[in-house]
Amino acid sequence: MTRIDAKFAALKAEGKKAFVSYVMAGDPNYEQSLEIVKGLPAAGVDVIELGLPFTDPMADGETIQLAGQRALEGGMTLQKTLDLATEFRKEDDTTPIVLMGYYNPIYSRGVDTFLADAKAAGIDGLIVVDLPPEEDSELCIPAQAAGLNFIRLATPTTDDKRLPKVLQNTSGFVYYVSVTGVTGAAEAEAGDVGPEVARIKASTDLPVIVGFGINTPEKSEAIASIADGAVVGSAIVKKIGEGESTADVLAFVKTLADGAHRA
Amino acid sequence: MDDLFNSFMNGPDENGRFGDFGGRFVSETLMPLILDLEEEYERAKVDPEFHAEMDDLWKHYVGRPSPLYYAERMTEALGGAKIYLKRDELNHTGAHKINNVLGQILLARRMGKTRIIAETGAGQHGVATATVCARFGLECIVYMGAHDVERQAPNVFRMKLLGAKVVPVTSGRGTLKDAMNDALRDWVTNVRDTFYCIGTVAGPHPYPAMVRDFQAIIGKEVREQLPEHEGEGRLPDTIIAAIGGGSNAMGLFFPFLDDDSVNIVGVEAGGKGVNEKMEHCASLTGGRPGVLHGNRTYLLQDDDGQILEGFSISAGLDYPGIGPEHSWLHDIGRAQYVSITDTEALEAFQFCCTQEGIIPALEPSHALAHVMKMAPTLPKDHIIVMNMCGRGDKDIFTVAKALGVDMSESD
Repeated sequence: MTRIDAKFAALKAEGKKAFVSYVMAGDPNYEQSLEIVKGLPAAGVDVIELGLPFTDPMADGETIQLAGQRALEGGMTLQKTLDLATEFRKEDDTTPIVLMGYYNPIYSRGVDTFLADAKAAGIDGLIVVDLPPEEDSELCIPAQAAGLNFIRLATPTTDDKRLPKVLQNTSGFVYYVSVTGVTGAAEAEAGDVGPEVARIKASTDLPVIVGFGINTPEKSEAIASIADGAVVGSAIVKKIGEGESTADVLAFVKTLADGAHRA
Repeated sequence: MDDLFNSFMNGPDENGRFGDFGGRFVSETLMPLILDLEEEYERAKVDPEFHAEMDDLWKHYVGRPSPLYYAERMTEALGGAKIYLKRDELNHTGAHKINNVLGQILLARRMGKTRIIAETGAGQHGVATATVCARFGLECIVYMGAHDVERQAPNVFRMKLLGAKVVPVTSGRGTLKDAMNDALRDWVTNVRDTFYCIGTVAGPHPYPAMVRDFQAIIGKEVREQLPEHEGEGRLPDTIIAAIGGGSNAMGLFFPFLDDDSVNIVGVEAGGKGVNEKMEHCASLTGGRPGVLHGNRTYLLQDDDGQILEGFSISAGLDYPGIGPEHSWLHDIGRAQYVSITDTEALEAFQFCCTQEGIIPALEPSHALAHVMKMAPTLPKDHIIVMNMCGRGDKDIFTVAKALGVDMSESD
């Protein structure tokens, strides 16, 4: 059982929905990024998605693209991203960390080396945007064997025919992308998302959390109420990009987390 | 040739792999779209009506077949191998790009897609896409790096005249790879009505195979035309083409992959020289395997797997990757890949102008520079066929600048 499995089991026992937040590792710099990540659990974050910076984030909108650029310009690397997780783990051994990014930096390091290092750094799961089920042998299968969850995205284009394939090797939770588009671009409507979540839940026992387009406490609550939890990324990253202090960023995160937890 | 088990022409496999290269490294949102595309392409491939329509447009709209021309003065000047130029620069729109665009747009029409998006570097693929979209009355949006928009102003204006919307891309560093990222972002957003017309033999399966098949007309014509000059059954001894993403080269190479006697050479852009400073676009000679834009292939990247910008005087070769089939042909040794610097390409450009009365694009000037190196070392009965994949009108400003000529002066 990974920290992710344990966390969702605990939330279920409490009858609570999950709040998942995304921040880019190394944005705006290593130190502040570490400070923000360390403050997330106290702000009500149940699962941390830690962005691994990449030069060519094809599925991300401008906000997260710019965050990745800031991180890379500040000298962020895959190793430093794992270092950040290691530092976090010294103080928190329960909040799950999901590393989210693109395949090339991982492939470049070498899958086996990466998995051993990620595990040692206290990473619990992976979301790798450009690895669909068709490429499961690359990283998904080895990651599960190494004891890491591999979390898959399901999208509005994942029809019933395709859904079983998407769910097959998924573990930890299912991340439903509520809109077709890049991160931060369109707004999710709970009314449209509800039936989609129900469709996915009919095919899996895994928790289904919903992301893309959630940027206010109200939306966080609305979405969490029709799923097992809500993810917010761009709205938080935008605050970081605007140069807000760690305290202000975390205060904003808390309003979003409270929204989800009210659901 | 008939031995399927020992053929180099069977790729890719059902997973879109050429050996370890290729594949389908895209987000889940796009996955159903590329599976639909693959299915439709498989149907079209065996549909005589699809081919009849394409052949008709190739002939009457594009002007195919393009001539195979014996470059006599060039051959004499170099004093060795006999040089033929495949004149794909004479196609409508001035380059090989339209061969592929026509195929993809006909496919888009079959799929009922009404909105066409494309990426472009030098603008040749953008112009070809805008052209065919105008021909069929389709909405056309071309993503082009802001830097390229600036240095390729004539092509930007051409696309606008043809009714396309040109979107300058400022994300990342505003180059061809960023234009491709933004085109993918558009596609992921507008999944229902949009067809992504990729300009080279790269991207997720089925693009590398599909674009190659559409460009293979180049090599097929060479097979038919060379005997008209050299007698029945005569194959070229060497075929050679420039490579950015590698579509014109794959188009020339593919029909000859199983002819052992044919020496195959791809020429990458060496920029200021293939060195540690990465001031080049030679993915095969100066890069290593990685995953970008939907496929595994050789890429210019740093130790951390971050993608690097290429550098070349030719905007059409300025891409940090290369088609996966080239990566495979490189690794198995079926084709040989070399690099040519900006300076060498500029010399070849001028040589071609004065020897043959042909102003070549900077892209094939790279291939020609290598022809100039190898021809003198080969016997007179050795036949080289080089693909003249584009004409140089678009490049005269760049060349003038590189040669220190001020075009605003009149003399």
